[in-house]
Amino acid sequence: MSVTDQSHLTPDGAGGLFWQPAAETLSTPQLGELQMERLRATLENARDNIPFYREKLDELGVKSSDMGCHGDVADLPFTTKTDLRDHYPFGMFARPRDQIVRVHASSGTTGNPTTVGYTRADIEMWGDLIARTLAAGGVRPGDLLQNAYGYGLFTGGLGLHFGAERLGCTVVPISGGNTERQLKIMRDFGATALSCTPSYAMYLADAARDRGLRPDDLPIRVGFHGAEPWTNEMRALMESGLGIDALDIYGLSEMGGPGVAYECLCKAGMHVNEDHYMVEIIDPETLQPLPEGRVGELVFTTLTREAQPLIRYRTRDLCSLTYEPCACGRTSARMSKPIGRSDDMLIIRGVNVFPSQIEEVLMSIPEIEPHYQIVVDRKGYLDVIEVWVEVGEDVFAETMGDLERFQRRVQAQIYNVLNIQVAVKLKEPKAIQRSEGKAVRVVDRRKAL
Amino acid sequence: MKVTQLTVFLENRSGRLAEVADLIGRAGINIRGFSTTEAAEYGIVRLIVTDPERARTLLHDAGFTTHFSQVLCVRVPDRPGGLAEVLDQLAAAGVSLDYLYSISFRDVCFAVRDIERAAELLAGRVTLLSDEEVRAL
Repeated sequence: MSVTDQSHLTPDGAGGLFWQPAAETLSTPQLGELQMERLRATLENARDNIPFYREKLDELGVKSSDMGCHGDVADLPFTTKTDLRDHYPFGMFARPRDQIVRVHASSGTTGNPTTVGYTRADIEMWGDLIARTLAAGGVRPGDLLQNAYGYGLFTGGLGLHFGAERLGCTVVPISGGNTERQLKIMRDFGATALSCTPSYAMYLADAARDRGLRPDDLPIRVGFHGAEPWTNEMRALMESGLGIDALDIYGLSEMGGPGVAYECLCKAGMHVNEDHYMVEIIDPETLQPLPEGRVGELVFTTLTREAQPLIRYRTRDLCSLTYEPCACGRTSARMSKPIGRSDDMLIIRGVNVFPSQIEEVLMSIPEIEPHYQIVVDRKGYLDVIEVWVEVGEDVFAETMGDLERFQRRVQAQIYNVLNIQVAVKLKEPKAIQRSEGKAVRVVDRRKAL
Repeated sequence: MKVTQLTVFLENRSGRLAEVADLIGRAGINIRGFSTTEAAEYGIVRLIVTDPERARTLLHDAGFTTHFSQVLCVRVPDRPGGLAEVLDQLAAAGVSLDYLYSISFRDVCFAVRDIERAAELLAGRVTLLSDEEVRAL
């Protein structure tokens, strides 16, 4: 079946634009047919080129020709982050290294990061998804995007960058930080769109207000904010503080990065790019698919990625799906904002942190007692982690200097491994609550937000 | 002529120091001198007590982190310049002080880097108190 991925900016029904109108408004049967065709090709690609998948698929006896409708995907095996780590660095690539034009990697992991590879076609597809995202927010060629996502191995910076160039924007690759310069360039260059993490957008809004800048003084009209979970209360603050429409964008490096799903100006859930990603919600305990509207774990299967096809990848994000038509005219399923995780991963200023990684560092320091607690909080708009450790007699010595050196040593070791700043808090023995069963290692005070 | 000092780690929570004092007092152990030092979230209290071993056991059993160290208790000459004279001798010999605190109007605890050398330097010039003498104060 032929679907035109032709770019042709046309107005949608919500004040934004379609980038690829045909692909964004497929009817249910058209989409179903396209997905099955692409799913079969993905399975062949995975089976022919990745030994991990060949083994799994042969073991289950599933063939690509068995895939006839969306429900058949339930016969396929899951893929997890551990699978990706186990095949570090390039063992999950379906193309030889010389056909890979770029590699990104996940943030904040001990041991092996998870890598993601792209062929030239993958980069172009990704660019189209970002162009769809920006266009849905009303961005058109000639708009100036201030891209304040971090550039580097993280997918946010370069992802938005290439997508905005593909759409025809002027891109300012300012990256994160240096708030003074961000506000100056925003005004001097006349930035009309902003992309950054939601926490940084909140910070910019505050900084603008502190400098007496009113939303009207800032030329930006729309912001794209992902990589961290955020709430509609934060949306209201960002919109009034910066004078923008603040839109959510969802993605994960394993799927290629941001642009897997995005909000249109209706701000009523994120449209999943279903022509490139097959989406399911499963019960994380029973692993059975859940019906529309139920909250469960989000699972994706790539449909067009050449370099790294992933089958039923468990994101661990908890959310729900709706297939109700959207006023904008896009026909895709919409996912709710993720409301939590089915594992204990924390997202701290856009960096993924597992408590087990902090534990590993702590356990490598012999003086530390096996009791600790991780307290995550939001100071202003920035996430902060406190690591509470008990001061036993092995740590304690005579002077404050000794204690401070110990604190700094633990902080430095955590920084070396996780690349995040934590504040180590020294507590008296038994000060950290013991629990009967599973110890409460993480207290996330941000949930009150 | 070294004196045993008991150091206790405390979080800055109200009533914690009172608990330490209460525990020691109820056991019939007398506090001869003490000092406190604090950072933002925790502090340490240093104690010269009449029965350091028992005080340590009591505190340990009550869940406190403690530490023993050796200090000098110097009877500083009771006249203007008396403290300066003692300090000058240590400074001239290059012995570093970690901290010092007074346990009476004339008796001062000296925590020094090289306690043997400091004791040697000061012996005969000033009175150094023994554990027994401190307990009997």
